[in-house]
Amino acid sequence: MSILVDKNTRLLVQGITGHEGLFHSQQMLAYGTKIVAGVTPGKGGEWVLDGKVPVFDSCKAAVEATGANASIIFVSARFAPDAIYEAADAGIPFIVCITEGIPVQDMMRVREYLDQKGTRLLGPNCPGVLTPGEAKVGIIPGNIAIPGNVGIVSRSGTLTYEVLYALKQEGMGATTCVGIGGDPINGTNFIDCLQMFEADPYTEKVVMIGEIGGTDEEKAAQFIAKNMTKPVVAFIAGQTAPPGKRMGHAGAIIEGGSGTAADKIKALEAVGVKVAKHPEEIPSLLK
Amino acid sequence: MKLHEYQSKQIFARYGVPIPKGRVATTAMEARQIAEELGGRVVVKSQVLVGGRGKAGGIRLAKTPKEAEEVAAAILGMEIKGLPVRKVLVDPAANIEQEIYLGITNDRAARRPVFMASAAGGVDIEEVARTTPEKIIKVHIDPLLGLRDYQTRDMALGIDLPKEYWKQFSEICRGLYRAYVECDATLAEINPLVILKEKSLLALDGKMLLDDNALFRHPDLAEMRDVDEEAPAETEARKYDLSFIKLDGNIGCMVNGAGLAMTTMDIVKLFGGEPANFLDIGGGAGAEKVAAALRIILSDKNVKAVLFNIFGGITRCDEVAKGILAALAEVKPNVPMVVRLVGTNAEEGRRLLADANMITAETLADAAKKAVAAAQSVA
Repeated sequence: MSILVDKNTRLLVQGITGHEGLFHSQQMLAYGTKIVAGVTPGKGGEWVLDGKVPVFDSCKAAVEATGANASIIFVSARFAPDAIYEAADAGIPFIVCITEGIPVQDMMRVREYLDQKGTRLLGPNCPGVLTPGEAKVGIIPGNIAIPGNVGIVSRSGTLTYEVLYALKQEGMGATTCVGIGGDPINGTNFIDCLQMFEADPYTEKVVMIGEIGGTDEEKAAQFIAKNMTKPVVAFIAGQTAPPGKRMGHAGAIIEGGSGTAADKIKALEAVGVKVAKHPEEIPSLLK
Repeated sequence: MKLHEYQSKQIFARYGVPIPKGRVATTAMEARQIAEELGGRVVVKSQVLVGGRGKAGGIRLAKTPKEAEEVAAAILGMEIKGLPVRKVLVDPAANIEQEIYLGITNDRAARRPVFMASAAGGVDIEEVARTTPEKIIKVHIDPLLGLRDYQTRDMALGIDLPKEYWKQFSEICRGLYRAYVECDATLAEINPLVILKEKSLLALDGKMLLDDNALFRHPDLAEMRDVDEEAPAETEARKYDLSFIKLDGNIGCMVNGAGLAMTTMDIVKLFGGEPANFLDIGGGAGAEKVAAALRIILSDKNVKAVLFNIFGGITRCDEVAKGILAALAEVKPNVPMVVRLVGTNAEEGRRLLADANMITAETLADAAKKAVAAAQSVA
């Protein structure tokens, strides 16, 4: 069992003929993900990945022909918001957006629109979601994770890989690993994932990886106190980051003295969450 | 990206916001000429990208053109919070009856733009926000609907603005909102917006922050960037699309991914070291980018050791290794280097670096410890 994606996921790839889209589609297919269609406007009718995947001109046509129930977007930042709207309007209930660097105001409009339609978005600027042994919808390297009973939710990309890898070294695996992305405005947040992990019978423990900026970790702490029966282990990146500096991610910035690592760690520890000093300490805290 | 006061006000003016009719000077003589043209008393304002200019003595009144020249000469020789003043704005002095705060920014938690207004505008607005937050009226804007007229009236009512100013206030709010939306700003602020003794409103000061991610659709705004105000290494880093921030320690860090880069800094500190920088080479970085990153790290004379932590996903470890080798050949550094490569093509990467005389590490903790020890042995 898992959350968000599994072996029944029928995936559509937007931007499948691009450099990144094609490379990662190949990786996802090799992992066993059911990619049923690709979309690149102007390339409808072609087949890619050794003739295994048909390409359509629009999401609407792809959904009608293949019954795709999830989409992943590998489209550059200037066209990504339109790709998200297109997928939502085609009736796709779950959209993963890998694209980095989408303007914040675009994302505010996107999120407002999706909320009104009831569409779930993961990302943008995220590594996607991996259910080890079943489906990979994103760019998380498949070979660093094994199936297990730990649910993982993270705001970071490569830091998540680091945690999966550390777990695997100790023989521990994941039900599902979700990268929610580091942008200030995103689709799915910590609380959404914690709620899903709490409801998933196969997830026994949860790892939450946060970073400086915003107040989502503090809100997650309140949620954990009220609603979680499963143990949660956390790590917060950016303990040494100076205030007011933007650390790469749009999300990794401390605004006006709030959102510091110290605040987040305090909020989490106050509700009984064990907070690791560094990522390689996480497996021992889960035992 | 930060804009100067004069740049922000010029943008606001394009959207119908009334601003003083001053101009920018780069010499004291120019300041005098502008003061002569304007006639009467003027305010000479340093143009630097930090707050607290007034309190640092960077904003001064001058009664005559001669005095404007003297004041400008003094301000143009100043440094404010480490930044040299290269430009001053010379504005006519205003007859102020009241100072209002008006600003719009992104409310991340609400996922909407938020308009803020306060009758207690001026230099102490942050103090007001801290001690009497109820004096700041907040109005959230639906990003799909935009600012509605009733919302501008709600703000006017909320700050007890006399009725005679409502119409002009509403126009200013709409102009500021359009400036915010059309320039992809993350902040557009007028502080103070003043009620003049002459019974009209005027934007005396202006501040804008722009979303760097949106500059692709604003080439005209991107050109307004003042590179004089940045550390040269940060300008160089931007050229290669690297995310770099200089810090005060002595261990240079090169990492892929922002979260992992911050974690690497944290862990260096955990084991008793001090990071010299934050540096994210991003996803899928090739050899050329890695070489540029290493040159930037080594241009900092404080650096006593360099730590490479690469977790290959989209980024291929062999590409990174090639970049390191290219940079080593060019820069010939004499500081120890610790390298940890994991993930995509890590073995190939390690093989490439086998002869490069670098310290290798398996885990993140091990890499950090070795880097701290290496820096101490040099220092």
